[in-house]
Amino acid sequence: MINFTITNALKKLKNKEISSVELTKAYLARIKKLEPKINAFVTVTENEAIEEARKADKKRAAGSDSPLLGIPLSIKDNFSTKGIRTTASSRVLDDYIPPFDATVVKKLKNAGAVILGKTNMDAWAHGSSTETSDYGSTKNPWDTDYLPGGSSGGGAASVASDETIAAIGSETAGSIRQPASWCGVVGLKPTYGRVSRYGVVAMGSSLDSPGPITKSVTDAAILLQVLAGSDPYDATTSPLPIPDYLKNINKNIRGLKIGISDDYFDGVDNEVKEKVEDAIQVLEKLGAKTKNIKLIHPKYSIAVYTIIQRAEVSSNLARFDGIRYGNDRSYFGDEAKRRIMLGTYTLSAGYYDAYYNKAMKVRTAIINDFNKAFNNVDVIIGPTSPTTALKVGASKDQSMFGELQDMLVEPSSLAGLSGVNVPVGFSKAGLPIGMDIIGPQLGEEIILNTAYKYEQETNWNKIKPKL
Amino acid sequence: MSKNKIDVTHISRLANLPLSEDEKKELGSQLEDTLSYIQELNEIDTKNTDPTSQVTGLENVTRDDKPTDSLTQDEALANAKEVHNGLFKVKAILSNE
Repeated sequence: MINFTITNALKKLKNKEISSVELTKAYLARIKKLEPKINAFVTVTENEAIEEARKADKKRAAGSDSPLLGIPLSIKDNFSTKGIRTTASSRVLDDYIPPFDATVVKKLKNAGAVILGKTNMDAWAHGSSTETSDYGSTKNPWDTDYLPGGSSGGGAASVASDETIAAIGSETAGSIRQPASWCGVVGLKPTYGRVSRYGVVAMGSSLDSPGPITKSVTDAAILLQVLAGSDPYDATTSPLPIPDYLKNINKNIRGLKIGISDDYFDGVDNEVKEKVEDAIQVLEKLGAKTKNIKLIHPKYSIAVYTIIQRAEVSSNLARFDGIRYGNDRSYFGDEAKRRIMLGTYTLSAGYYDAYYNKAMKVRTAIINDFNKAFNNVDVIIGPTSPTTALKVGASKDQSMFGELQDMLVEPSSLAGLSGVNVPVGFSKAGLPIGMDIIGPQLGEEIILNTAYKYEQETNWNKIKPKL
Repeated sequence: MSKNKIDVTHISRLANLPLSEDEKKELGSQLEDTLSYIQELNEIDTKNTDPTSQVTGLENVTRDDKPTDSLTQDEALANAKEVHNGLFKVKAILSNE
């Protein structure tokens, strides 16, 4: 039962073929077996999970049918969980027990989900490898000599290795889609403001977007339905109505206009390029039309993102003083120190205009560029990552590792757009490859529809790593 | 964006970040590395472009001024390393003079 999707599991739970306790115990056993190899979790909440599963079974017996009732999930360790240690994979928060739940966690609990544990990540979500975690790197389930990507690497690895049904991650620029790509699973980065940031350990506050990592596109839609919505505790959440994300997921895509920008294939590994091009052909066979578009070269987004993200990091991490909670500032790891220092520098007197203000202006240019493109196309497709998973150790002492890895997803993140990684096959070495389907702001319906149609034509998500 | 030597000690003081001499040296060169990536931005003309600080388009978001549930004193203090009489204990920041 460990290879269930949410859809399968809900059916079995409803038909009383399995109980949530059985399901939860199966995943806990799988976690126990695989964690020495994968290290996807910082904290496993075994007792709490079984207790919640028991409650879910009771509720179902009493007639409740909330959307995730009894479904076991993993949650990235930067979401505050009341009474459960939340470290953001940094020793600064080694002993921090939040006295409240993040809005995302509250919503999942209200929907009946069972939390299996908190997943590993790059410390403070700074990185694309999980190698900056103070609790050891997570390993890629397809080959444990390789990295899972990051920062939501623990979440993506927990899904790929069937240690959970699905995971909740967060993305600032790439942190859901890139590990999903490297681990061969679906990763949805919602529009900035569609999902509340309240209670998420803040990284880049103008960019952070919580979202699901799943085994199928349908599961991503089911989770987004639960997570989306305005929140009085996060003034940047959108007040616009939430569509039914499953309603149009299977809609015919004949006539769908796909934008392709050659610059997004520039410098990309040949194997990755070929698989993404094959995937686009699959969509064309279904009636989609491709159109070449010109976008600002993604390399400029690296610079914009680096300035804006580091600036926001230096401000957000200023609150960690070791007085109210957590340890003092000497506990920050190298990557956090680098980012705090650069952010402090670019915001300091005399440099603000040259760096931060300039970056904010180019950010406007990137937004306008996408707006113009979406006048002519419905979605934009490219590779999620320029490579397949890299070897353990690849990020060591590379101060721009994350940015170079995330080059292709940073532009859409800066513009606050929606995007989804969908698996499109494997390299000769057996490592997964993913494509990024980018939609406009609040374009989740169209990207889920496109992703679903592709998934129906292929069966990449049926292939599992040998573990 | 002229290439400036970064005063690492000054920046670490602004950031309230304790750094060893070795760390200062290493961070200094890494920061200059990173800044060299950033120079590329000058290639994009932004003379007539306004800066974007947030992408939602929402402005002046308010809520009703009604009290809602908040943490109890005990909950708020539960994670503090040092407390005194129900308060956070901090180091003195003023001297006698």
